[in-house]
Amino acid sequence: MPVTTLDGHQIHVNEEGFLTDHAEWDDNLATVLAAQIGITLTDEHWKAIRFLRKDFEQMGETATLRRVSTVGGIPIKALFVLFPAKPAKKMAYVAGLPKPHGCV
Amino acid sequence: MKQLLVLGAGTAGTMIVNRLRRRLDAGEWDITVVDHDDIHPYQPGYLFLPFGTYSPDQITRSRHGTLPDGVDFVIGEVDHVDAPTNTVALVDGRTLSYDYLVVASGTTPRPDQTPGMLQAEWRRSIFDFYTIEGAKALTKALQTFDHGRLVVHITDMPIKCPVAPLEFTFLADAWLRERGLRDRVEIVYVTPLPGAFTKPVCSTALGHLLDERKIALETDFMVERIDVEKKALVSYDEREVPFDLLVTVPLNMGADFVARSGLGDELNYVPVDKHTLQSKSYPNVFAVGDASDIPASKAGSVAHFSVEVFTDNFLQLIAGKPMTGSFDGHANCFIESGNGKGLLIDFNYDTEPLPGKYPLPLVGPLGLLKETRANHLGKLAFRWIYWNVLLPGHSMPVPTHMSMVGKTTTKTATNTTTQ
Repeated sequence: MPVTTLDGHQIHVNEEGFLTDHAEWDDNLATVLAAQIGITLTDEHWKAIRFLRKDFEQMGETATLRRVSTVGGIPIKALFVLFPAKPAKKMAYVAGLPKPHGCV
Repeated sequence: MKQLLVLGAGTAGTMIVNRLRRRLDAGEWDITVVDHDDIHPYQPGYLFLPFGTYSPDQITRSRHGTLPDGVDFVIGEVDHVDAPTNTVALVDGRTLSYDYLVVASGTTPRPDQTPGMLQAEWRRSIFDFYTIEGAKALTKALQTFDHGRLVVHITDMPIKCPVAPLEFTFLADAWLRERGLRDRVEIVYVTPLPGAFTKPVCSTALGHLLDERKIALETDFMVERIDVEKKALVSYDEREVPFDLLVTVPLNMGADFVARSGLGDELNYVPVDKHTLQSKSYPNVFAVGDASDIPASKAGSVAHFSVEVFTDNFLQLIAGKPMTGSFDGHANCFIESGNGKGLLIDFNYDTEPLPGKYPLPLVGPLGLLKETRANHLGKLAFRWIYWNVLLPGHSMPVPTHMSMVGKTTTKTATNTTTQ
């Protein structure tokens, strides 16, 4: 997996730029990753990101949009406003987690 | 006597009791299976009903007839499982106790979960084909549909048989061409995924088939509601897709009793270890088939391959030994592409569908990820195999675990699925 440096953070990423070592993530890196996709993090963004991180720790999988909505209490509509167009993918990217499986 | 209780006499539940009745001592083990009715549908057949390939009586049988002697079949609705006391309460007040429980209650389309879906247009211009009633109603609707916008739509993943909506689209295209109506019908395929299918190589191949057939693809579309007045799908990011005829796959959810029992996730699927199917909360509870949360396709082939692993593991477990079998997420699916042809895909947790030959390397006779007549015939022959080989729990001459032999790897065969 390639190593890249983002704003002073040396991180391991996959071919799409998703973090492969979730321990390399911290709040500061989240802000940098968000800036990469044109997002300035607000409290609302942080609420979603914190839920994603906590849920991943417990479940070992990245939460789907439906899970963030039903379990995390943030409506899907709001997620589309916070992380436009591809919220599941963008949230996971900023939270330093793998893309959600959801599909198969 | 020890008691094995199976909730659900569908594909997975029926295979399990047939296999285990032969292998568990009748003097030591009672086996009971519960379902809400006595009709076992051949679900892959639903796809063909609207096009007249099958008639409804060809795709259902009595559940009794598919279950072996020595298994108690209880017809009843499950109210809830009380896992701490090893009991199951039925809605009619009966209580069943167990030493081991298998949840095999599958997944069900839930049109009630999308605002607007179940209103005035339901089964007038909005149809599902994952139920026998829906498939029958759609059969009628197609007879009079001669122009306009046909929209095929998936609400959210996961769904059972994830290739079926694509197959429906290909079959509808071929059916309309045959009738000389294709030029008067616009076909749109609407998906919450970023492409035609979930896995990259396959998505490209299937996306190409859509292009060839001039079928428009609307991706990353998460439906919020249906605007009944306008007859349009409306997404969370406020895109609208109007339709004259909508064939939708509603949100799929596990059984409500799973939620009432506190055993489910947000979609009522039972969280299990993906290699053993053992509940993460109760070691004497398993979820097999579509009812579990494993990241594999919700498909009969997955049920079949995982049942083979589960039954061997179960015998080890009750003998006090460690379970040594590990399910790899193996799935294989025929994909009807219309005009008497089909594709076949074969994949697992770690490897996406690739081109090649199956089940014998180089020989086949079935071609992977390639349109052939043999694959179509394989799909039709499968109905006989389902009733006579699979459900009774006989072995198929194909390996349980996915094999890389005979597959062509291009660059990355490893899977990074996404939505």
